Amino acid sequence: MKSDKLFKIVLLLFGVLILAFSVGIFLQLFSGAWKSIQQNGILFLIKQVWDPNQEIYGALPFLVGTLVTALLSVIFSLPLSIGSSLFLNEYIKGGWSVIISSMIDLLASIPSVVYGLWGLFVLVPYIRIVENWLFQNARLIPLFNSEPYGVGILSATVILLIMILPYSISVIKEVLKMVPNDIKEAGYALGANKWEVLQKIVLPYIKSGIFAGVGLSLGRALGETMAVTMVIGNRNALPASLFDPANTLASVIANEFYEASSTLHVSSLIYLALVLFVFSFLINFMMRLILKRINAGMIRK
Amino acid sequence: MKKNLLVSTGILLLSSMIMVSCTGKKPGISEAKELNGAGATFPKVLYEKYFDQYYQQKQVQVNYQAVGSGAGINTLIEKTIDFGATDAPMKADEEEKAGSSVIHIPTSLGAVVLTYNLDGNPKLKLNATVISGIFLGTITKWNDPLLQQLNPEVNLPSADIAVIHRSDGSGTTYTFTEYLTKADPNWKKALGTGKTVNWPVGLGGKGNDGVAGLLMQTPYSIGYVELIYATQNNLPYALVQNKTGHFVEPTMESVSKAADTTLPDDLKVSITDTNAAEGYPISTFTWIILYREQRYNNRDIAKAKAAYNLLWWMIHEGQEINETLQFGRLPDLAVQKAERLIQQITFDGKALP
Repeated sequence: MKSDKLFKIVLLLFGVLILAFSVGIFLQLFSGAWKSIQQNGILFLIKQVWDPNQEIYGALPFLVGTLVTALLSVIFSLPLSIGSSLFLNEYIKGGWSVIISSMIDLLASIPSVVYGLWGLFVLVPYIRIVENWLFQNARLIPLFNSEPYGVGILSATVILLIMILPYSISVIKEVLKMVPNDIKEAGYALGANKWEVLQKIVLPYIKSGIFAGVGLSLGRALGETMAVTMVIGNRNALPASLFDPANTLASVIANEFYEASSTLHVSSLIYLALVLFVFSFLINFMMRLILKRINAGMIRK
Repeated sequence: MKKNLLVSTGILLLSSMIMVSCTGKKPGISEAKELNGAGATFPKVLYEKYFDQYYQQKQVQVNYQAVGSGAGINTLIEKTIDFGATDAPMKADEEEKAGSSVIHIPTSLGAVVLTYNLDGNPKLKLNATVISGIFLGTITKWNDPLLQQLNPEVNLPSADIAVIHRSDGSGTTYTFTEYLTKADPNWKKALGTGKTVNWPVGLGGKGNDGVAGLLMQTPYSIGYVELIYATQNNLPYALVQNKTGHFVEPTMESVSKAADTTLPDDLKVSITDTNAAEGYPISTFTWIILYREQRYNNRDIAKAKAAYNLLWWMIHEGQEINETLQFGRLPDLAVQKAERLIQQITFDGKALP
């Protein structure tokens, strides 16, 4: 049928267009970063010094800052998002569930800059109290070994945690709804209580959903700029502990791009953008592979 | 009937539009009604008041974005704005990138002050050695003997000093580091002068306001900001020892005294570490930068005229506003030289009428 073929072509066109955007962005970033790539090569990723005055550039501090804050926030979000989703789906009924879900969705619509301001003026003083306590009492643990400023990796992680919760909660909630009732009832029939059914039957069933939620959250956490830059302390050096100020790829680009005047400086900042782009792509790709494996495993069962 | 109504409405609209556009015309060259500028956060408070007054007096809208001196210079080089603002005069390679010659018109004098968050808001005395030590990370505690020596009557706490600097490119940083480079050999060796430097310690705030915000949030912290940001936020600031040994408080008088020196014709002069006996050592001019030859891209003579008038106003009538916001007035010699610079603005090689 002619309209069928037309439909197919139009859809193909849209797909190709989106692909073209991604490839286009990559090529543009690559050409912008070319000067820095020539100068620094792939070793850029492990060079530690970022000094625009001396024209020495290295991405390691920002790579570490980005990965640490993103991964920590995602790891801490797991129990919170799984817990809230289970609570919303299994433990409260109807109206309340809808109200609370809407409030969680509201969290996702708060602008990043507002999170940053709130973080700086409300969250950071509390974090500083926690950091001071840990510094006094648990200083021997290397993670808590630096002078507590309040702003730093810990504050950035907590802010990211709050920002990514709505994404993983919404994905996990949807997957929970799709768990067939009969396997749950089979569990109850065998004498399991509610907690055992959830822990041993439902959670393993939605493994892929949890993973997808994690992937989505990680993607958001890696790229978050404004909120992070306001509470991370903006220090272009490797953090040695949770309390140290640091910097992320997105944050340093936001801070320095406007004023960078030397071509090598601009090119190095674009190189950082390229690194972020490639890293996000790789992490997403890996997530999809693992997801595929999990799903294949489920089908075999 | 309907057609007639439509036609007559059309004619009415058309004629009213023609009439309105006619009344705007004046004999001679009219100026553009809108100008765009970008640059330093240092004079932002002053410029906002300037441009507000200017609009009320002349109905010309001037939009200013405080994005930092570095960004101001860059956007001027890219020719996307009408004028830039910077506390750091353009470097040789930046002028080369600009292509055609750029004039620097000073608009006011400002002070970079050391502000801090300590209980009781004591009035501290500092000198270059101590400031350099703090920002290099060699002096780490508030009750360090060097600090205590300068401030015997103050009960300094034994807490660690939380250093706050700028995370973005800044003319304020340029002035601050230039002073330290001139006044402390350790600083000169370690970091030198720049709109950004490789800070070994401390947190970074974005803009003068970012530093002030972080400072207010962080106990036992110290940072450098333009004077108005400290006074508007009720933050204490230190007296700094100048070259002649006096501890000088940053005020409009001490800043103006710092400018009491020989001025070159292009007015790109640094007045940090001044020789003046009562001058505040971390003072600076702040400049408006624009192209001398105003014909580029698709600018018209109206824009050039608007820029000329704005600058002329800023160094004359605008100066009345400076002291209300604790910025120093331009000394007379600077105004004279600035007038000559403004008169050098050309359009298509010809001076403006």
